[in-house]
Amino acid sequence: MKILVCITHVPDTTSRIAFTENNTKFDSNGIQYIIGPYDDYALARAVELKEETGGSITVLNVGTQETEPTIRKALAIGADEAIRVNAEPVDSFFVAKQIAAVAGEGQYDMILMGRESIDFNGGMVHGMVGELLGIPSLSPVMTLELDGNQATMTREIEGGKETLQLNTPFVAGCQEPIAEWKIPNMRGIMSARTKPLNVIEPAEDGTATKLEKFELPPAKGDVKMIDADNVGELVQLLKNEAKVL
Amino acid sequence: MAILVFVESAEGKIKKSSLEAVGFAAAMEGDVTAIALGSEVDESELSSLGNYGASKVLHQSDERLNKGVIQAYSSVIAAAMESENADILVLANSALGNPVSARVAIKTDASLVSNVTELPDTSGEFTVKRSIYTGKAFATVSLTKTRKILAIKKNAIELKETGGSASVESFDSPLNDADFAASITSTDKTTGEILLPEAEIVVSGGRGLKGPENWGMIEDLAKELGAATGCSKPVSDMGWRPHHEHVGQTGVKVSPQLYVAIGISGAIQHLAGVNSSKNILVINKDPEAPFFKAADYGIVGDAFEVVPKLTEAIKAAK
Ligand SMILES: Cc1cc2nc3c(=O)[nH]c(=O)nc-3n(C[C@H](O)[C@H](O)[C@H](O)COP(=O)(O)OP(=O)(O)OC[C@H]3O[C@@H](n4cnc5c(N)ncnc54)[C@H](O)[C@@H]3O)c2cc1C
Ligand SMILES: Nc1ncnc2c1ncn2[C@@H]1O[C@H](COP(=O)(O)O)[C@@H](O)[C@H]1O
Repeated sequence: MKILVCITHVPDTTSRIAFTENNTKFDSNGIQYIIGPYDDYALARAVELKEETGGSITVLNVGTQETEPTIRKALAIGADEAIRVNAEPVDSFFVAKQIAAVAGEGQYDMILMGRESIDFNGGMVHGMVGELLGIPSLSPVMTLELDGNQATMTREIEGGKETLQLNTPFVAGCQEPIAEWKIPNMRGIMSARTKPLNVIEPAEDGTATKLEKFELPPAKGDVKMIDADNVGELVQLLKNEAKVL
Repeated sequence: MAILVFVESAEGKIKKSSLEAVGFAAAMEGDVTAIALGSEVDESELSSLGNYGASKVLHQSDERLNKGVIQAYSSVIAAAMESENADILVLANSALGNPVSARVAIKTDASLVSNVTELPDTSGEFTVKRSIYTGKAFATVSLTKTRKILAIKKNAIELKETGGSASVESFDSPLNDADFAASITSTDKTTGEILLPEAEIVVSGGRGLKGPENWGMIEDLAKELGAATGCSKPVSDMGWRPHHEHVGQTGVKVSPQLYVAIGISGAIQHLAGVNSSKNILVINKDPEAPFFKAADYGIVGDAFEVVPKLTEAIKAAK
């Protein structure tokens, strides 16, 4: 089984978001970067599948050199090799084209991604890659089992889930509870240093959107505290002020 | 300007978020055609889309489309954009809409933006505002391709009823086996309940509720408010509540008129899923709980005392 896992390099979920250069650049000052939490689920499931059926895991990131520590972490968790497409991930369209180009070369049995990146929250790249390669794309996938080249998945739908069957190859956008996040151990960290990390140049250009500016949400007003013995007052506020009842 | 709107239905009814998508397209002053898939939604329901600004509804009433088959849906929608000469597609952000629209974007060579929060600015370049960093910020982006797809976030627009009715035409785009390569073998779905992403009011419980046996009071309050129920991640991790109720960074993102958080501390990852709510009410016994900083209304108190009293007071106020 050859598995391609696509990972993002994103600010830790506790990060305070700020912008610089007249609100056109993300302020990375003091930011800790992590593997996208959903991508981390995809990677964890890939490691389990490899343990079950053998094979190899390639991690892929479209990003500049600063993403390499994040890629090394994925190698420490259990990927065998890594590819970095050396480019700024400008938009999902551009990223999808790069991933499809790598995937087209590699004959992967499955391409696992996160359901969405936590910076741009597009939820798009897996669908685009599936369409570019002409193979099924499913998201958000909650469980994934393999029997030979047949996969059984559950996909979250509003108010529940559905079970699907399909053959490899496919693209899946993963979310919990597909697997538990894995923490790299010492052996993993040591071996990650010598695993191959191949840097390639972008295959094709082309974007579909252009960033104009960023902005932060307006500051929240003060909270109105109501006494626990006076829920009647709260009901009046919800009714007359918030107008939600 | 011809605009196509993909509308989703559940249990034979057009979803509220899809009505908002139709209203959004109408507010863009386009000529709005909607497309609906599957045989479960009937003609009168479809023609009522006229009330929100659609002039025409295309209906591919194929039973195989009663379930949301991602590839098949994207084929039909792309074909409809083609046949209607629509350069713009509008749809609601959803667990189905987003993966479908990604494939449509490639098929039609369109610029696609999801999580759109406002009407586009078409005075110069075509730009839209979208939420990013899980609701912690916004970005304004321009869509540079001729064709454009906008997946809109709930409450991006206020629904207006126009009193119109739409003509319904059957649509019949050919589908092939590849469109059904992923076959849905079973569906496990609650029925008759308000869907969390669609709800105007959400009542959520956290670890402070101590155990699944205590959810009765959450459900009672939700029922009184006509609300959907949600929970924090540890609550679904421990199996107290089903996973599809888990709200936050790694769960469902909601934007209701009112979000009620009971016994939830307000970790930043939970807030990421609720920060676009219009109003937030927090009930927590710890006055220092971080959630109060993100709240509009707060009560410091024991949920086991406050929640039943609140339910009674709402009932009394009706
Ligand atoms: C990458 C990542 C992603 C995550 N994603 C999510 C996510 O999507 N959603 C999410 O929710 N979490 C998420 N988390 C977890 C998050 O950090 C918190 O651990 C979680 O939200 C805490 O849940 P809680 O508030 O229910 O529990 P706790 O933090 O244990 O809080 C319980 C609260 O209940 C109050 N309480 C106790 N008893 C009572 C009582 N009798 N009456 C009233 N109040 C009471 C306490 O004062 C406390 O504030 C994520 C974490 C990580 C690292
Ligand atoms: N720059 C990138 N490099 C590699 N994979 C990516 C990149 N951006 C997005 N992805 C993958 O695509 C998924 C969905 O991303 P998005 O469409 O941006 O929400 C992510 O969870 C990743 O698995």
